[in-house]
Amino acid sequence: MAIGLEHYLTVAALLFTIGIVGIFLNRRNVIIILMSVELMLLAVNINLVAFSTHTGNLVGQVFALFVLTVAAAEAAIGLAILVVYFRNRGTIAVRDINMMKG
Amino acid sequence: MFVVTLAFYLFATVTIGSALMVISARNPVHSVLFLILAFFSAAALFVLMGAEFLAMILVVVYVGAVAVLFLFVVMMLDIDFRELKQGFLQYLPLGVLIGVVLAVELIFVIGSVALIADQEALAEGQALPLTQGNIEALGRVLYTQYLFLFQAAGLVLLVAMIGAIVLTLRHRVGVRRQKVSDQVSRRPEDVVIKVRPGVGEGV
Repeated sequence: MAIGLEHYLTVAALLFTIGIVGIFLNRRNVIIILMSVELMLLAVNINLVAFSTHTGNLVGQVFALFVLTVAAAEAAIGLAILVVYFRNRGTIAVRDINMMKG
Repeated sequence: MFVVTLAFYLFATVTIGSALMVISARNPVHSVLFLILAFFSAAALFVLMGAEFLAMILVVVYVGAVAVLFLFVVMMLDIDFRELKQGFLQYLPLGVLIGVVLAVELIFVIGSVALIADQEALAEGQALPLTQGNIEALGRVLYTQYLFLFQAAGLVLLVAMIGAIVLTLRHRVGVRRQKVSDQVSRRPEDVVIKVRPGVGEGV
């Protein structure tokens, strides 16, 4: 059985779902939430690359490259915010991040 | 063909399994290591699809930079992760329910799209010329048609770098810093004293 577009799309869908479930399950741990976001972006990239290679259009891969760039920037900024927050509060529990309410 | 099928199922299984371990591992360091494994096998999937450049970029950027950054942060912060793990079982039924519903919906969408858009519609895009490899073709598109977007991506990275530095930089009191102006303006006649000690005496 040949591996077609649907197979890759299914893998990407499962990966995206795992990312969302990871955010649900680890609601207290910001680091795992950031990793789940990375997993979701990886799923998006797999989708883009699968469509790009199956339609023979390179624009999808260019877009995936930009998604990769933005994901790297997001991880860097997110972890920097996390480090600053831990330095100020001594914890990274999401429940305690309510200083900016209202 | 059989080898390709086998490789696809192997790498897909490893990707999904390690993604599951990322969200369920007890130790966050293990989570990061499984994240690295997931990215690595996803890069192998990219190679199977024929996107070699993105596969290499995925390994270099994610495994080499982002995952190691995660590892640094996990190891640097002194956190009691057992306390953060509380509530995992509490949210487990709802999370799994939503996940299953979402996965089933997405797979239904994929199945219906595969039925509606038959292969000819998907294949009507111009086929990639086989005379040049994926990297060369991508470079041609990236440096001509999407040059400004490429520069904008560089700007995004620059802003992220400056932002991370600004966020984490802190001026602690009591730290002796290098003052270049003082060093440069220091003259020998201000700081050097010439003495001529007598014989048998100290300075």
